[in-house]
Amino acid sequence: MTQASTIDEQVIALLQVHAGDGVEISPDTNIIADTKMDSVAVMDFVMELEDHLDITIPLNRLADVVTVEDLLAAVRQLRGQQE
Amino acid sequence: MGIRERLSQVRQSVDSLKAMGKDPSKLSFEAMHSPTEATLNGKAMTLFGTNNYLGLTFDHACISAAVGATNAEGSGTTGSRIANGSYGGHKALEAAIAEFYNKRSAIVFSTGYVANLGVLTGLPTHGDYLLIDADSHASIYDGCKMSDAQTVRFRHNSPDDLAKRLGRLKDEPGDKFIVVEGIYSMLGDTAPLKEFADVKREAGEGVYLIVDEAHSLGVLGETGRGLCQQAGVEAECDFIVGTFSKSIGTVGGFCVSDMPGFDAMRFVSRPYMFTASMTPGSIASARAAFDIIAEQRGEQDQLWRNCHQLFRGIREIGFETGPQPSPVIAIVLPNPEAAVGLWNRLIDAGLYTNIAIPPATPNSLSLLRVSVSAAHSQRQIQRALETLALVGSEMGLVESSAAVSLAWTG
Repeated sequence: MTQASTIDEQVIALLQVHAGDGVEISPDTNIIADTKMDSVAVMDFVMELEDHLDITIPLNRLADVVTVEDLLAAVRQLRGQQE
Repeated sequence: MGIRERLSQVRQSVDSLKAMGKDPSKLSFEAMHSPTEATLNGKAMTLFGTNNYLGLTFDHACISAAVGATNAEGSGTTGSRIANGSYGGHKALEAAIAEFYNKRSAIVFSTGYVANLGVLTGLPTHGDYLLIDADSHASIYDGCKMSDAQTVRFRHNSPDDLAKRLGRLKDEPGDKFIVVEGIYSMLGDTAPLKEFADVKREAGEGVYLIVDEAHSLGVLGETGRGLCQQAGVEAECDFIVGTFSKSIGTVGGFCVSDMPGFDAMRFVSRPYMFTASMTPGSIASARAAFDIIAEQRGEQDQLWRNCHQLFRGIREIGFETGPQPSPVIAIVLPNPEAAVGLWNRLIDAGLYTNIAIPPATPNSLSLLRVSVSAAHSQRQIQRALETLALVGSEMGLVESSAAVSLAWTG
């Protein structure tokens, strides 16, 4: 994760670490169904994402997040609000 | 995926557990003989898997109070607290709980689960934040889901992590409610409550502390008021939530607070308003149990003697446990199969415990939850340790030499 990488790339790189070996992460990836994470693991990943980006991602905001693209959109919106 | 497919998936996971031994959904106690003895599917069982910390379920005073109230007022209230379901007993119990905690007022809910839903939906509103420990009980997570506030998790038992997350929200206008538990029900560990209270105080105005003392009421604190009392921070604990289904030995829940106007929550908390109130019998036995705790008859001291003995014994056998002696002793096992296997073998040997496996556990741990009661005798504890040692070594979970020496010296 270099400073030059975009926020989207950083989110995907961090998700790759949590998703488990052999799981290909793309914008279409379903975060629960296509990875080895259960609901608790996803919440733990989000906690790390909050620290990495220094933002707050309320659990309620995740209710509509299904795919990686949904997550990227949520992060973009939250970063915009919290700047 | 449709409902039929979803149910079939659930059935498959249950069947895979069943394939390893007993079907948990088919087990039922056909007779209870005492707080620590029962008959389970025809077999005599010693109970090390209840939340009956003080052993009050068979206490004479609690039972006669329940019987008396049932005879006098009937088997149920058939109504909610805000309609026809508030009897004199409900109000008297609230007054007794407020007095027990030395707080301004108490609100009684129908269960401990409902108390958390009621508080977490009744206190915070739109624009507020709930900051919850990552290892919070399901009732806290469900309350947060129902609440209009936004929920943020912080790392388990980490005041520094909480402070960091509160810091990110410092420019947000809403109130912030920190939620922690006295004793965590999975690993039996306690919250560093004094440090959490410091974080709350340093965060300033508009930050409140909610403490769920479900497993610590009657268990911790000089007069049994829980971790808030033991840590010496009762004044900083703005809302204390609890249940009657553990040390109190019946069913029901409550929240107690010093905040002026707290009673108004009765008119906005839907889980308080839209469910039937506690039965007269449960109300009366809860009241009797609070009187017993206030009398300080010695159950709490006996509980801790038993906790220390069992915790030490389980570690001597060679099992890995949670971090500290507690009425909930978690034996950490290598995988869900080992947990289910051990649980099954212990039932065959007449020892009832509980299993907890992912995703219900923190960090995907597979646990056997052994819980302690003041009502356990020395002989029951010694036998439980011998059984754990024998079955543990037979299953290859502990070294047989340590297990055998314990069984012989016991």
